[in-house]
Amino acid sequence: MTMILGLYNYWIVIVLMMIGFYIIISHGHLIKKIIGLNIFQTSVFIFYISVGKVEGATAPIWQEGILLYSNPLPHVLILTAIVVGIATTALGLALIVRIKEAYGSVDEDEIQSMDNQDVISQEKEHQQC
Amino acid sequence: MLAHLPILQVIVPLMAAPTCLILRKPKLVWLFTLLASSLAFIISILLLQQVMQTGTISYELGGWSPPWGIEYRIDQLNAFIALIISGVSTVVLLAAQTSIEKEIPQEKQTLFYILYLLSLTGMLGILTTGDAFNVFVFLEISSLSAYSLIALGKDRRALWASFQYLIMGTIGATFILIGIGLMYQMTGTLNMADLATRLPEVAESRTITTAYVFFIVGVCLKLALFPLHFWLPNAYTYAPSIVTAFFAATSTKVAAYLLIRFTFSIFGISFSFTTLPMETLFLILGLLGIFIASTVAIYQDNIKHVFAYSSVAQVGYMIVGFSLSTHAGLTAMLLHMFNHALMKGALFLALAAIVYRVGSTRIADFQGLGRQMPLTMAAIVVGGLSLIGVPLTVGFVSKWYLVVAVIEKGWWWLAGLVLLGSLLAVIYVWRIVETAYFKAPIAGRHPVKEAPMAFLVPVWLLVSANVYFGIDTRLSVEVATAAAKSVFGVVQ
Repeated sequence: MTMILGLYNYWIVIVLMMIGFYIIISHGHLIKKIIGLNIFQTSVFIFYISVGKVEGATAPIWQEGILLYSNPLPHVLILTAIVVGIATTALGLALIVRIKEAYGSVDEDEIQSMDNQDVISQEKEHQQC
Repeated sequence: MLAHLPILQVIVPLMAAPTCLILRKPKLVWLFTLLASSLAFIISILLLQQVMQTGTISYELGGWSPPWGIEYRIDQLNAFIALIISGVSTVVLLAAQTSIEKEIPQEKQTLFYILYLLSLTGMLGILTTGDAFNVFVFLEISSLSAYSLIALGKDRRALWASFQYLIMGTIGATFILIGIGLMYQMTGTLNMADLATRLPEVAESRTITTAYVFFIVGVCLKLALFPLHFWLPNAYTYAPSIVTAFFAATSTKVAAYLLIRFTFSIFGISFSFTTLPMETLFLILGLLGIFIASTVAIYQDNIKHVFAYSSVAQVGYMIVGFSLSTHAGLTAMLLHMFNHALMKGALFLALAAIVYRVGSTRIADFQGLGRQMPLTMAAIVVGGLSLIGVPLTVGFVSKWYLVVAVIEKGWWWLAGLVLLGSLLAVIYVWRIVETAYFKAPIAGRHPVKEAPMAFLVPVWLLVSANVYFGIDTRLSVEVATAAAKSVFGVVQ
């Protein structure tokens, strides 16, 4: 029981991580993939943030009479990682817009089959000349 | 000035990137990018000289002493790889303007150079930094710009390749982030030298094993180690030709560096290779990579695909050297990183020239090119020979050192397998030679002219480096040995 309750933050992280990972792998819709990626990354953010918590300590803001502070470093690190995550999401979504323009679809399987078709038609074209 | 070289190595390309926006005109931006990259190259030469003479340089960022502040730490290992990266980047840039004129629309050319510089910044940052979290940040700088660079390709498949790379790359980077987080949790430090001293105390715990595994899987995704290589072939094939030449020669080297740095210097050889069965695992994956990727390369119709799969196979050779976990094995790996950068840089740049003249790299379009583009095709032949490992080329040098390292361990069968792998390279290189030299030019096609000087100069620079370092191995071997020694020095 203490394994579950005492370490509950880790369990949340693992569950979120697996949900995100599963979405990335199983869904063919590109935007859903990006959402899965976001959940996956968020789980790691939560991991970092919860690691910085020191039991019985307050927020890391200096105040008279308080001796125990939570560790602010992981929070600072994760601010950077969040920015990186946003940049990745933005780039991913921008790519999806371009893919939609070029292929007319945002479904993995359809895009893949169109790519395969391209290869076949190129070969045919080549045989003719 | 000299004292600030470690940070200048990163700052120069980083600051040059936004400056490009002010210059605007593509030609001007190109010259400026070339200047910035050359400066980075000169800095890396100076750094390597300094390191070879005086040993490790530690640079305190903003005057904060480590482990509180971020430390940039240069030793023989990362100075050597920084030299490879900035050198190849500069040579490849010589051809950039001519090549992208045909492949990237005018209004996007300035942006191309900005992304190129940012990618270079990221790679050099990963190499110079001595802080584990800094590695992640620079990794993402280089990756995000890499995704965008690949998406600039003309073919719509470039977009799809870039998206797949984005998903895989982000998963890899997040794994690395988890690994770093777990390391920090157990040791309370992010400084690499500090980590190296504190990790052995807690090495017995399962958390550290988990940290190592997450980190290594993340790095192997970036390294495109078989079977995590699926993003690589399409990304290399559909990206603009210049981008391919740049990445094929550099990006996997940076990931290989991280693998060496964390496995040997930080976790330590006793942890990585004794506690965990990494030795066997890497050896098997390396060998599988060599054979499967080389075999797939034989059946490809697009020459860019051929060389992309061959890159996966070459990563296999590096990993075989790595898995020996001896000084000789690591020297062989480092030499192969240097040599592979030279050959793949030359080959993909020659392909860029062919794209410029012919507009395609399908093998069928190579018919008769041996006579129509003699200098470019000769470069591909020399590069191909080097890939096979024919004496007098760099490929021979690294294969030789690898085989010697393997025999030193007494594994004759492995030496046989390594040589057998080279035979597969003979097949895919021969297919190109046969089509280009022994088949008549395609009837009805406009006669193709030789590539312009803008391509021939950098291509032949790299090709002659292939031959030069194949004959006079003093420089590359000396530095690689010193780098391998510095890595093992930290361990003991």
